[in-house]
Amino acid sequence: MPNSTAIALIPLLPLAGFLLLGLAGRKYLKNSSGIIGTALLLASTVLALYTAYEYFFVYGRVNGVYQQFVPLEITWLEFSKGVSINISLIIDPISVMMLVVVTFVSLMVHVYSLGYMKGEERFPTYYSFLGLFTFSMLGLVLSGNIFQIYIFWELVGVSSFLLIGYYYDKPSAVAACKKAFIVTRFADLGFLIGILILSYSAGTLDFPTLIQRLTSPGSDEIKTAVTYSFLGISALSWGAMLVFIGGAGKSAMFPLHIWLPDAMEGPTPVSALIHAATMVVAGVYLVARLFPVFALTTPAVLEIIGWVGAVSAIIAAVIACTQTDIKRVLAYSTMSQIGYMMFALGVSSYGGGGESGYTASLFHLFTHAMFKALLFLGAGAVIHFVHSNEMKDMGGLRKYLPITHITFLIACLAIAGIPPFAGFFSKEAILLAAHENNKAIYWIALITSGLTAFYMFRLYFTIFWNKPHVIHGEKHGEGGWAMMLPLVLLAVGAAAAGFIPFGEFVSPDGKPIESKFHLGFSVAPVALGVGGIIAALWLYKKQSDKSTKLAASLGRLYKAAYHKFYIDEIYLFITRKVLFNLVGRPAAWFDRHVVDGLVNLAGNTTQAVSEGIKKVQSGKVQQYAIYFLAGVILLAVLVIYGWK
Amino acid sequence: MNLLLLIGAPLLTAVAVLLSRNREQVKWISLAGSVVQLAVAFVLLFAYTGERAAGNTAQMLFEQHHVLFASLNINFHFGVDGISVAMVLLTSFVLIAGVLVSWNIEKMTKEFYFLLILLALGAYGFFISLDLFILFFFLEISVIPKYLLIGIWGSGKKEYSANKLALMLMGGSALILVGMLGLYFTAGHSFDIMALSQKNIPTNVQYIIFPLLFVGFGVFTALFPLHTWVPDGHSSAPTAGSMFLAGISMKLGGYGCLRVATYLLPEGAKEYAQIIIVLSAIAILYGAFATMMQKDLKYINAYSSVSHVGFSLLGIGMLTQTAITGALMQMVSHGLMTALFFAVIGMIYDRTHTRMVNEMGGLMKVMPFITTVLFIVGLCSLGLPGLSGFVAEMTVFMGSWQRDDLFHRIATIAAAMSIVVTAVYILRAIGNTAMGPLKNAGYLQLKDAAWNEKLAAVILVAGILAIGIAPGWLNDLLRPAAEEIMNKIGGK
Repeated sequence: MPNSTAIALIPLLPLAGFLLLGLAGRKYLKNSSGIIGTALLLASTVLALYTAYEYFFVYGRVNGVYQQFVPLEITWLEFSKGVSINISLIIDPISVMMLVVVTFVSLMVHVYSLGYMKGEERFPTYYSFLGLFTFSMLGLVLSGNIFQIYIFWELVGVSSFLLIGYYYDKPSAVAACKKAFIVTRFADLGFLIGILILSYSAGTLDFPTLIQRLTSPGSDEIKTAVTYSFLGISALSWGAMLVFIGGAGKSAMFPLHIWLPDAMEGPTPVSALIHAATMVVAGVYLVARLFPVFALTTPAVLEIIGWVGAVSAIIAAVIACTQTDIKRVLAYSTMSQIGYMMFALGVSSYGGGGESGYTASLFHLFTHAMFKALLFLGAGAVIHFVHSNEMKDMGGLRKYLPITHITFLIACLAIAGIPPFAGFFSKEAILLAAHENNKAIYWIALITSGLTAFYMFRLYFTIFWNKPHVIHGEKHGEGGWAMMLPLVLLAVGAAAAGFIPFGEFVSPDGKPIESKFHLGFSVAPVALGVGGIIAALWLYKKQSDKSTKLAASLGRLYKAAYHKFYIDEIYLFITRKVLFNLVGRPAAWFDRHVVDGLVNLAGNTTQAVSEGIKKVQSGKVQQYAIYFLAGVILLAVLVIYGWK
Repeated sequence: MNLLLLIGAPLLTAVAVLLSRNREQVKWISLAGSVVQLAVAFVLLFAYTGERAAGNTAQMLFEQHHVLFASLNINFHFGVDGISVAMVLLTSFVLIAGVLVSWNIEKMTKEFYFLLILLALGAYGFFISLDLFILFFFLEISVIPKYLLIGIWGSGKKEYSANKLALMLMGGSALILVGMLGLYFTAGHSFDIMALSQKNIPTNVQYIIFPLLFVGFGVFTALFPLHTWVPDGHSSAPTAGSMFLAGISMKLGGYGCLRVATYLLPEGAKEYAQIIIVLSAIAILYGAFATMMQKDLKYINAYSSVSHVGFSLLGIGMLTQTAITGALMQMVSHGLMTALFFAVIGMIYDRTHTRMVNEMGGLMKVMPFITTVLFIVGLCSLGLPGLSGFVAEMTVFMGSWQRDDLFHRIATIAAAMSIVVTAVYILRAIGNTAMGPLKNAGYLQLKDAAWNEKLAAVILVAGILAIGIAPGWLNDLLRPAAEEIMNKIGGK
């Protein structure tokens, strides 16, 4: 049985780090905060690996099927009988796999930051925020209650906000962190309403019961939920769609992706952890968590998920080919790869032999975490060396950064899907699943994989080859062991993770699935990948004007891609022009001038009337006598003529 | 537990303040008095939960009767349920924080503290009264000091604001009085809430009296469109005044709307519920959009208060047990949060001498403690889990969603949309003040929070966290009380 103490400690240790460093770090632990944070996370990682081992090899599989366990459940807030937010730990293949990914990548980032962030004034704050993020992400992964996942969802959002805005005196960082928070908040509104709909239909917030009730055909919950509809779409479909919108926001799916490239304003290790390996895949995780509902009850929504993923994958890949800031290239590449994971889920089905997409998606999530974290950390080493994010300031760095060069190359080969690196296996599995279920998405994915190889090697050649590097100022080395060790460990992961028989462990219903693997099928994607690499080699290996000429010949298309298809501008128009000028300003004006104006008018009228009346009370006896006389006459007249 | 302690403690403190000889004495006596009141509030909480745990299921605990005017059937009748306990606790938290942040008031210190404590006295009395006449008496006790606090210690166009606030609240009081008298004469000459709740008040009478009472109390809690005293009142009030105004006074209104109007006149409540929902949904969204355009920190919090208390009224209008529980949680949560927000604004203003967000920037560098508190309160306002605002708003949403017709669904979704707008204005405020480059080199000389400010902030943050991290205790306190109310109204 799962050891609930050990599992609970996995998120609690980073939380302890956050509290300790947040409260006492600035004053007392200025220099040791990095070590403390890293040590706590190392303990977490060990516990996570222990949990994974125990689950996958000792108790998890009963009669050949991986079971779901909820070893701990605490009622946090009860709304009514049976409907409550429970803080629980859920243990099943995907949560255990995510535990390993999150703790491992986070540990790598903690170690790396010991070197990268050395000498920062707010070093303890940085580590405390990392602890907060890791805690929140682990809590998200372990959520056994849909509201619990929302709670941690918001918490990872705020940790991401804090870390993007880490350099708080940089206006661009402030703008970026606000943008990231608000865009994802907008998506979370959908998530929240989705939760309300699904939980109202299911009469519970706990995942296992909710999924069971919403997927058993003929259950009372389904019947009532299907009869309610709005605009011709059933309540359940609305709920599932809105929940997915939450996931799409977090996972930077088109058109909610605009925050991700800007989020690169954060320190590079943060980008590696949050905006490449862990938080941005939360949307994929959410869809996987609710997969039976999507697949069995609302297949139409699942199809939309597939298309959103595919469109995001190709758009991001096209944009990535034109960007010049290396972190932005990587950001778009992340978006594109998450698109792969998303459409893999979209083309999958629950049971009936079509589950391979689900497994492939999570497999890709796993391998992507390795090679993308590696790419970001490698980019960090490069940025650390040249003090710039721009590709034009780089070139010829292979001589100065040998370890970074080799590990970066491994990561590039992995993401390009070249065998035998990790990305090859997972991408192959995804393409196979798409090929079986949705040909159109398969073709999009195939083109995207060629583009992926091209933009990654464009990056690689411009950084490490191209023109010879000119050293400005003092020359310093590659960074200490703290920065190199994570690169090497992640490179091992990026090279070898593909050999894990993933289908054995992860599938929608816990039953192992056979990994289908055809050598013949792999020819096309690998050939496209190699083609992309050759194109990049031809254009960027040596300094030349070939690439500029190519860009010029593409004209409008290049310009549109370079400007990210003007999606940011559209958003700016909507928020600045429409929301601020057409809603906010009128509301504020209306309040001051109309609503308050009426209040003041009431006050002024009263005052004016009393001004008029007060003259009557003059204190002059003669005047009173006249009023008195007038009154008597009036009464007399009334009495005499009105009596009848 | 003797409830008269709750009135006795502030009364004694107020008298002691009047008798004290110098500024130092005034401050320390006030602080000691507010510590005692905090202790009394905690004793009440534990006594109450102890009684409940022991199986006492009476609706009101610790009841007391003292005849005041036998001929008119006006009595001192005190008693508490979970709602009263929560509100008393809130008042004691805000009071002690208010006393602490006013530590450096130079002008007429004695009178200032006297009025503060008088305000708290009024609030305590209000929350434990079960006789409408006495309840009204305490409500008025808490109005007059506000007028003076703003008029004397205020800033800006303080006379205008003080007049506006006092007149609007008096107008509300007048409506309450008329409604009260209406109840008195239709229901057998009684002001007693418990007795009135047993009476069958004719439906057509309820239709007339309910709006009087609801709107009357609604003015206190910024019912749209009678909220306009809020921005002006807050912007002119001294820091502690704003804290009390938003933290406690607005809750008097919400409490009255529920305990008096809705509880005693359920048919009226059902009849007008849709109007209440529409008005509060408007307040929530419109308040949030109006906040987005404000540049003065106090206006930002004032308008955001209009938006946030809208959730209380929305919860009441939804008439489900969960929504009402959420409404009550929102009152407690908003009380703590807004008091803290005004306290922080006061701290910043004392140092920078401006409240305009565009004149600040980069304050995190010079005052890390104050800006950290600003972050916490901002995140609470935008409903971050782990802080109290989230718990309250989610409970309102969950409760509202149980009304499954289109009207209620649309109202709930409209209210939920505010979570995005709130994020926009909060991040804008924080981003422009705490973050960004330091705009004014002179700010480098500024000092971070002093002990009294730190203590005040820590107390309020502790309250926010106590609800945000472990909401169970507050839920257990409020839910049974909400259930009693719902039993009377009927429905889910």
